[in-house]
Amino acid sequence: MLETIDGIFNFLTRPEIVFPGAFVLLYLSLRYARVWTRPPIALGIGVFLAALFVYSCAPGVGIAEGHEQFVESAAKADNVPITMMLGLLYFFFWLSLRKAVVNDERIEKGLPPVEADEKSRKVLVWPDLVYTELIAMVGVTVVLIVWALLLPAPIEEPANPGRTPNPAKAPWYFLGLQEMLVYFDPWLAGILIPALIMVGLICIPYIDRNPKGNGYYTLKERYGAIFVFLFGFLVLWVLQVFIGTFLRGYGWNFFGVYEKWDVNKVEPLLNIDVSEIFYVKMLGMYEPENTLVRELPGILLVLGYMTVLPVLFAVTKGKKLFRELGAVRFGIMVNLGLIMLAVPIKMVLRWLFNLKYIVNIPEWQLNI
Amino acid sequence: MLKKLTDFVRGSQVWKSIFRHGPPTTARNRAMVMLANVFLHLHPVRARASGIRLSFTWCMGGLTFFLFLVETVTGILLMFYYRPVAASAFNDIVALREDVPLGIMREIHRWGAHAMVITVWLHMFRVFMTGSYKPPREFNWGIGVVLLVVTLLLSFTGYLLPWDQLAIWAVTVGTNMARAHPAIGHEGPGSNLLVIDDIQFVTSGDDIRYALLGGRFVGEGTLLRFYVLHCIAVPVIAMVLMAVHFWRVRKDGGISGPL
Repeated sequence: MLETIDGIFNFLTRPEIVFPGAFVLLYLSLRYARVWTRPPIALGIGVFLAALFVYSCAPGVGIAEGHEQFVESAAKADNVPITMMLGLLYFFFWLSLRKAVVNDERIEKGLPPVEADEKSRKVLVWPDLVYTELIAMVGVTVVLIVWALLLPAPIEEPANPGRTPNPAKAPWYFLGLQEMLVYFDPWLAGILIPALIMVGLICIPYIDRNPKGNGYYTLKERYGAIFVFLFGFLVLWVLQVFIGTFLRGYGWNFFGVYEKWDVNKVEPLLNIDVSEIFYVKMLGMYEPENTLVRELPGILLVLGYMTVLPVLFAVTKGKKLFRELGAVRFGIMVNLGLIMLAVPIKMVLRWLFNLKYIVNIPEWQLNI
Repeated sequence: MLKKLTDFVRGSQVWKSIFRHGPPTTARNRAMVMLANVFLHLHPVRARASGIRLSFTWCMGGLTFFLFLVETVTGILLMFYYRPVAASAFNDIVALREDVPLGIMREIHRWGAHAMVITVWLHMFRVFMTGSYKPPREFNWGIGVVLLVVTLLLSFTGYLLPWDQLAIWAVTVGTNMARAHPAIGHEGPGSNLLVIDDIQFVTSGDDIRYALLGGRFVGEGTLLRFYVLHCIAVPVIAMVLMAVHFWRVRKDGGISGPL
């Protein structure tokens, strides 16, 4: 019985299931925020998640060696903060949405948000804020000292450049980028994507021209902005950290959450490029000798994606947005959005067609 | 009796010379505290009640700054004992726990660093959810994004210093990306086109990764570089940016609230 449940969880945590699943879950959690953020329900979900974590760590149940594997990952000293972060994220995700829902209900009734009610009331920072800060600082100090007493900082064997550990993992907060390496070449996963995440985040205030929701929690007044941000933060970043920590084992192979890491696991690499799909599979001919001719379909796809789509969007559905934002803002916003969207698109293409490269020009070391 | 004593201390010349005002029991003196103290004057004298509510701010920005201070103090203590050379680095780290009674300074430093990554993410999450990046706070949001990246870099540069297997391989994986940098990494797009008369300009011996590591792989040179980056360069950048960040929080109208 438990083994079947564990098997289901192993299936559910496969990348091609867990990513679309997380997307749907995020959509539902915002769509039905009014229902699930009610304290009793949210508490129930929290207890369920905590119980699931305890069950995952329980020895000798279900697929026993899978649970051992989970504990091994979770108990690594440097991975403990990940569990803490996931717990805190659930709490603060709930808190922010709860406050947003309460405000939205007030706004519907024609009342100002909770924060505005107290707008005019000013209090002295000493003692009202300074004491809160002091208590927070003391609290964190206590947490840190207890944490430090209970859990020794990790130290492994002395550095040995001759012996590569398997798997070799980046620090946990960069595991999202390391996960990207499965789908993109290093110049994209390690350089361009992180740079664009930074640029994209900095651009947010200049792109999001919605004057509402400034300085108070609300979901309804800026639903789209919150959805896009949380998709990036929770699905494309935090979930990847989770996958990189718990689900990537030997040889960076994927393993289910309750699956024992198998040293001998070999995934057959059947990956193909767009050029092969186009010339060999669709036209039934050999790939052209000339690199540029060979890669033309891929190049056109990428260029079309980055140039034609924004224009198409501007003259159809995005007409109103284009008028509101102006050409420059609109162009930057749509291009950043398209690049963000390219990440899940490339993942889906890999899962569906084993697609490796859209453009593959080894002579220039340029692979997309 | 106790009250008499505190009154005496607070009324003394020494007290007055330090604090420049009486005890913060009257509204006037509570305002004076914030004005007369160089550390407290980061804050305004008065703030909106809704803005300073814990459930509104989650105190995550403040805690990130506090953790930065914790890291500074524990980091300085660790620097007394740690030598950034391959021959001694690992042993120094082991000695920090084995040879010191209740040696948890490195633990506090490491867990504090992880906690700081978490608090800075949660701070960004809160600022987004309250729409606090909207005008007039656009620029400060940008500074905040850079500070978030600086926090990750602080943590990453420190990751190498224990000089164990965990350290060098995590940093190897992380810095391997640099060789794929377009044009200036030797495996990056376009870099192999920079050739004159068969002489390759960007090679593994002079590309951006080499500059970062001080060598072709993570070695002695890297340890010193990351030590200097971790203890001096990145913290200085962080401090300058934090000063701007806090200044702008005040200039842009304090903690955000409904317009």
